[in-house]
Amino acid sequence: MDPIFLARFQFAATTIFHFFFVPLSIGLVLMVAVMETLYVVKKNELYKKMAKFWGHLFLINFAVGVVTGIIQEFQFGMNWSEYSRFVGDVFGAPLAIEALLAFFMESTFIGLWIFGWDRLSKKLHLACIWLVSLGTILSAVWILTANSFMQVPVGYVMKNGRAEMNDFLALITNGQLLVEFPHVLTGAICTGAFFVAGVSAYNLLKKRNIVFYKKSIQLALIFGLIGSIGVALSGHTQAQYLVKTQPMKMAAAEGIWKDTADPAPWSAFALIDTKKQENKLELNIPYALSFLSYSKFEGSLKGMETLQKEYTAKYDSIVGEGTNYIPPVKTTYWSFRLMIGFGVAMILLPIIGLFLWKRGRLVGSTWFLKFLLPAITFPFLANTFGWMMTEIGRQPWSVFGLMTTADAVSPNVPAGMILFSTIMYLLVFTILLLVMVYLMIREIKKGPDVLHGVDDKLLTDSDPFKVGA
Amino acid sequence: MVLSELWFVLIAIVFIGFFFLEGFDFGVGMSTRLVAKNQTERSVMVNTIGPFWDANEVWLLTGGGAIFAAFPHWYATMFSGYYLPLLVVLLCLIARGVSFEFRRKVDNPRWTNIWDWAIFISSILSPFLLGVLFTSMLKGMPIQKDMNMQPGFTDFINIYSLWGGVTVTLLCFLHGLHFLTLKTSGEIRRRATLLAKRAALAVLGALAIFVVLSWMMTDIFEAHLVTELMLVGFIVLAYGLTYYFISKKREGLAFTMSGLGLALTVSAIFVGLFPRVMISSINKAFDLTVYNASSGDYSLKIMTIVAVTILPFVLGYTIWSYYIFRKRVTDKEHLTY
Repeated sequence: MDPIFLARFQFAATTIFHFFFVPLSIGLVLMVAVMETLYVVKKNELYKKMAKFWGHLFLINFAVGVVTGIIQEFQFGMNWSEYSRFVGDVFGAPLAIEALLAFFMESTFIGLWIFGWDRLSKKLHLACIWLVSLGTILSAVWILTANSFMQVPVGYVMKNGRAEMNDFLALITNGQLLVEFPHVLTGAICTGAFFVAGVSAYNLLKKRNIVFYKKSIQLALIFGLIGSIGVALSGHTQAQYLVKTQPMKMAAAEGIWKDTADPAPWSAFALIDTKKQENKLELNIPYALSFLSYSKFEGSLKGMETLQKEYTAKYDSIVGEGTNYIPPVKTTYWSFRLMIGFGVAMILLPIIGLFLWKRGRLVGSTWFLKFLLPAITFPFLANTFGWMMTEIGRQPWSVFGLMTTADAVSPNVPAGMILFSTIMYLLVFTILLLVMVYLMIREIKKGPDVLHGVDDKLLTDSDPFKVGA
Repeated sequence: MVLSELWFVLIAIVFIGFFFLEGFDFGVGMSTRLVAKNQTERSVMVNTIGPFWDANEVWLLTGGGAIFAAFPHWYATMFSGYYLPLLVVLLCLIARGVSFEFRRKVDNPRWTNIWDWAIFISSILSPFLLGVLFTSMLKGMPIQKDMNMQPGFTDFINIYSLWGGVTVTLLCFLHGLHFLTLKTSGEIRRRATLLAKRAALAVLGALAIFVVLSWMMTDIFEAHLVTELMLVGFIVLAYGLTYYFISKKREGLAFTMSGLGLALTVSAIFVGLFPRVMISSINKAFDLTVYNASSGDYSLKIMTIVAVTILPFVLGYTIWSYYIFRKRVTDKEHLTY
């Protein structure tokens, strides 16, 4: 098999899997920090119980997120050594800073938070969870700084046959980062919010701990609304930036082969024929793409045919003649639409929920609560499709305009080795996922009452030493 | 000193930090079978490193990140060349990390037992493989002109690297035993002390053989005779003192000395490498050095500023967290893990 395909498959699989856990961690820990803040400020034990319970679920998720992240740091060197040599001077720095600034912070303070309930003062303990939250967010900032460089390379100069950093400030104020980070952060907030909302809805349907889960779902709906509106606004900004910086990705995401009319319609559905380079059965919404791209009802977009010609003139001297600059169009097009679809649902649900809450009918609306259960998956799917569009849509480039993915792969690693490691990762990931889901469901069924320090009478019953000793 | 030399030293310091800290929690992981006699004792042990292991592991990630940023060619050559051992290290680190979190989430001794075996095995394999990796780097790997290598089985696995792996594992085990003497009480503490005395002697023996093998199979004594001899002297002194202190039940000092021993051993490896970062067994001209494998000066300067600014904070709150959890762990209290 082709090592490039295998290395790409491994990267996609491990990154997508890793990114199931990351946004949930970021979103959930932020909510836990808010819950504990409410506890410290309002001195209401209910909030402490919330922080403990949701924190408990966060930790199971966090552990898997952390360990699957280690693979990512190693993978660049293992499968993409040519890439590492070529951009390490620029790309390595944000990764190292991420470890130094964010990983140390989150790992140290999560230890203090887990083990420190009885050893730290309330305020100090609260500070710990906020520092964990800050750590997870900083981690996102730095890894996205690295990713943004792959989308829109800035702050570098070509020297010694590689990209070398010459402007750190440009790197961390990359326009791509400024639009990408808010989008990822608000997406993560949605992930945490819909998780809390869904789990709470499940328990409300079962009529368990009504007060506890009602408070939780209310908080989750607020977070969900803020997150989903944020995601839409930042996504809109990002799309406009995309038109300017990576027009080919945008054209592919919209399935535009020939330059559009002015004003440009937005394609809601199309059967794409990549061979003939045309679409069938199109369902278009007039004016919408112009608005999406330029915030006004005029302006056209370039099609892939035109862009292929422009890119050929511009980049063939770098990457060789006859390069196809068009990414996998169908995947890019449909990931984009699926992301948007789930995103819209994620805006509607909190609005309905908040409306029901105001009417005092939230807990009684079983139809709505039932809907929130599958909605747990919406942000996960939207996150995944969003990244698929971003990364697959960037192809054939690994670093836009500088290096193709085909040139980035390790020349000395045989395909069999990559296949073997991929199988190992998938095996381990499957086990991890099964165990995690099993544990999550178990802990959710146990509920908040049996946690240590929440109810001492119940604790003695769950003392593990009775069994183990 | 040019910046790339400084970064070689900084990376050495990060790995010293890694082996000093994660060294003892690897050792505690090994002790869960070699010292503990039942699940309660295992739980106590895991909880002694509970608040720390995650941050300790970050030292390795920081080391990897720093190599990537400061020496992209070193990173690319090493990670693509050491594919298989690194894959196993990765799987071990994954298994270890989740096992701590998962082991007591279900009140069933068999469930706990599975994860405890994962902790034990991964705590032996990780330092062993990292030991193999670093010592085979000292011996040299078949790096070609294009800076890439396709090592065969015997390039990773030979008498020298295997013994290097065993030695590093033993050093971590001893360090972990000392940590247990500091953080537990009663029976576990007594047994850890007893075993530590024997382990200290084993360490001295293993190191002696390792020094002889290094003399025969690497050029580190040719390249840095005086420095390496001094380091060997200090290492022997540190482990001699370790034996003395643990015999006298001076646990804190014994722990300090085994930590110092690890730090000096890592230093000896890095000194032996310098100015090379990867030694080619094919041709000296193909060696990767701090000069031909490094990033540009601008990048290194930025990284230096960042590291110098952040590292004091990291050290500060790390020390604070050890201070907060300074008490001995017993099964009389609630154990989180």
